[in-house]
Amino acid sequence: MKYVLDQEKIRPDLVRTIERLSGEDVRQCYQCGKCSAGCPIAADMDLPPNQVMRMLQLGLTDEALDSRTIWLCASCETCTTRCPREVDLAAVMDALRHEALRQGRKSPIRQIPFFNRTFLRLIKKYGRVFEMELIGRFNVGTLHFFKDVTKAPRLFFRGRLKLWPSFKGRKTARPAFQAVKNAQRHEPAEPPAADESAGNPTP
Amino acid sequence: MTAEQALVNSTETASAQPANGLTDTDAASSARQAPRVGVFICHCGINIAKTVDVERVTAEIAKEPNVVFATNYTYVCSTPGQEMIVETIKSHRLDRLVVASCSPKMHETTFRRAAAKGGLNPFLCEMANIREQCSWVHEDREQATQKAIEIIHTILEKVKGDEALEVSQVSITRRALVIGAGIAGIQTALDIANGGHEVLLLDRYPCIGGNMARLGETFPTLDCASCIFTPKVVEAAQAENITLLTYSEIEEVTGSVGNFEVTIRRKARSVDESKCTGCGLCIEKCPTKVLSEFDRGMTTRKAIYIPFAQAVPNVATIDKESCRYYKTGKCKVCQKFCQADAIVFDQEDEMITEKVGAIIAATGYELLSKDVYGEYGYGQYPDVIDGLQLERMLSAAGPTTGEIRRPSDGEVPKEVVFIQCVGSRDDSKGISYCSKICCMYTAKHARLFKHRVHDGQAYVFYMDIRAGGKRYEEFVKQAITEDDAVYLRGRVSKVYPRGKKLIVRGADTLSGTQIEIAADMVVLACAIVPSPGVEDLARKLRIGYDENKFFAEAHVKLRPVETNTAGVFLAGACQAPKDIPDTVAQAGCAAAKVLSLFAHDHLTSEPVVAWVDEEVCSGCGLCIKACSYDARKMDQRKRVAIVEEVLCQGCGACISACPNSSCELKNFRSDQIVAMVDAVT
Repeated sequence: MKYVLDQEKIRPDLVRTIERLSGEDVRQCYQCGKCSAGCPIAADMDLPPNQVMRMLQLGLTDEALDSRTIWLCASCETCTTRCPREVDLAAVMDALRHEALRQGRKSPIRQIPFFNRTFLRLIKKYGRVFEMELIGRFNVGTLHFFKDVTKAPRLFFRGRLKLWPSFKGRKTARPAFQAVKNAQRHEPAEPPAADESAGNPTP
Repeated sequence: MTAEQALVNSTETASAQPANGLTDTDAASSARQAPRVGVFICHCGINIAKTVDVERVTAEIAKEPNVVFATNYTYVCSTPGQEMIVETIKSHRLDRLVVASCSPKMHETTFRRAAAKGGLNPFLCEMANIREQCSWVHEDREQATQKAIEIIHTILEKVKGDEALEVSQVSITRRALVIGAGIAGIQTALDIANGGHEVLLLDRYPCIGGNMARLGETFPTLDCASCIFTPKVVEAAQAENITLLTYSEIEEVTGSVGNFEVTIRRKARSVDESKCTGCGLCIEKCPTKVLSEFDRGMTTRKAIYIPFAQAVPNVATIDKESCRYYKTGKCKVCQKFCQADAIVFDQEDEMITEKVGAIIAATGYELLSKDVYGEYGYGQYPDVIDGLQLERMLSAAGPTTGEIRRPSDGEVPKEVVFIQCVGSRDDSKGISYCSKICCMYTAKHARLFKHRVHDGQAYVFYMDIRAGGKRYEEFVKQAITEDDAVYLRGRVSKVYPRGKKLIVRGADTLSGTQIEIAADMVVLACAIVPSPGVEDLARKLRIGYDENKFFAEAHVKLRPVETNTAGVFLAGACQAPKDIPDTVAQAGCAAAKVLSLFAHDHLTSEPVVAWVDEEVCSGCGLCIKACSYDARKMDQRKRVAIVEEVLCQGCGACISACPNSSCELKNFRSDQIVAMVDAVT
């Protein structure tokens, strides 16, 4: 890849937005690679986490926003915990996802935003996750109807999978969703899709 | 302590008579009486004992005719080991000593001191090296043991032929010569002068100051170079016991530590130093302009010039190469206007001879020549400059009075690319070393650029950032986080012009991208190389230099300011690239070495020197040519060659040159060497 670099491209508004959303200064990163060294998913990423930071440092925002990495990131925060420059990389990844959704970019891995949306819908509905419905909706939505079905009996007998959702505390999450909606109304600059990935998108 | 005292007491009383008898007569009687040799075989822990069967070696050596005592011990160099030697010399009336252990470079002094303590002439103690030359380099225990025995046999032959030698004392000239008057030389000179000794501070340029006088601000504190350096320059100029010898070069150095005799060429300035007031009228009127060396070609100077405003001494110099009078025989405008009548056109180089006890080489560095990297266009495009040229721009006293401007059109550059490792770490250019200071000064340049041009953007191409030093890493971090320098990890392939811009094509290996930047100015961090002419100076000083022509220290870690020539020391970047803090530290260290040398009343001279049999010498003079130390001379009356023992270093060159074997090296005589060879053949 060839990149014609100039003063305008360094720290564009978009990078400043990412910095504002994450509360981090991308220039703090000195590219030691400790984040990539410890990342449990780095092997499946197209850009290792340090390179996502590098792209932001050079103003190469498209490379960062269209990467699989930001969607594969499990927010386990190993990188954040170990970063010698105390950069909260998980927060930067989160900010990148926000921004990608806000811009309406298509995730290179379609299932992940779909999973996140489904997950949040269930939280809104039940106040907590209802695994059976989540699996069902996810499998139907991704057209992999029988994905992981063989694992269901064991999970069921171990009490990890319930057939009916819990009705306890159903409405507890709703004020939070309302609060986000209100906040968006007052501050339209905020990414409207914030709620979509506000939850922890653990796969 | 008590044991040692007891030992000394007991040996003094118990063996006073035999010891006296031995020491007084050993030299004379060694040939007549059968020698009584004691052999001490060292285990060196397991260093020797692992590969060499020390017990068997001891048993074998004990059988030798003149060996009256043989033993082995874990560490002969330890205090009990040395005490054992002292005790045994007395109890067994030893008159010769062999310690079979490590290299004499390690412990010869130790054992010779022990020998002396036991009442033996130290030169009757020899070492057999069964570690470096045997146990360390062999694996087969049987063969190594046999070799150790043979090595000791040869040394036994040598020690039998050894004579008792006496060290002689030489007086010291307590006066030092410092070659090169940059920060290294000035600091050394000040420290020696403050120690109460006279110093000659020499520089080949018309003024003192060296490269540091060129700098703008210095890392990691960003204080201006002149503010911290000028006081030192002035102090050196005003110090009563420092004599400045500017515009001077070393012609010849003879003598040795404590008593060097140096011939110095005082180049003709064509200006009488004592008369010139530095008013500058001559410079104003001079019609010839040439590029200024001090400003590294960024400005011009006249043919008669003072390198820069605060130059010390503030005296004009005529550059004969460009002066119209010297070229055409006409002009003399400067003389016409000089009110002090200081211009002397027929002034000639003057040779002076000075006696000094120590010499410090502080010849500094130069930047790698501009034509090495054609692809960066240095010298071809005016807006590609080197680090020192940018320093001149950054200097408040420089050609732009501290403003950063493009040399081509004088505009303020907005985007500046800095390229590190230009030459350094590039085997293809013959420079495999790291220049050490470029990472830091480039970070400094990037920061100062941002401080001067607030809307500017600095890009730094680097391979690694080597910021080892107090507050250095923090400094580089500030360049990135506070002064917005963009660091790109990779080399630049090419710089070429497009319109008013310079296109820099490089790589950023961290993102895996090829980078192209349209820059207004490019600054090259060229490799640090030794000043020109160091080979010649090294030859005159009889010191070595490494493959990169940096002066060779005696030991990289343990003797970093000494050279292999006693009395010659090193300070600053002439030894290896180094920054100002390191240079000042090394300069102080060199001064301390000189002061400790000058603290002695006398120097002892090594008695292992050449010796001439006058009966045999034919006076051919070949030895005089062979000697690198001027120690061989001809006695014109007797027509035989003689040895100046003070100067002789015992190298043996004259001995091998002598066609009729009239020279011998004391205690390395031919008969000894032959006996040593016979012992193993």
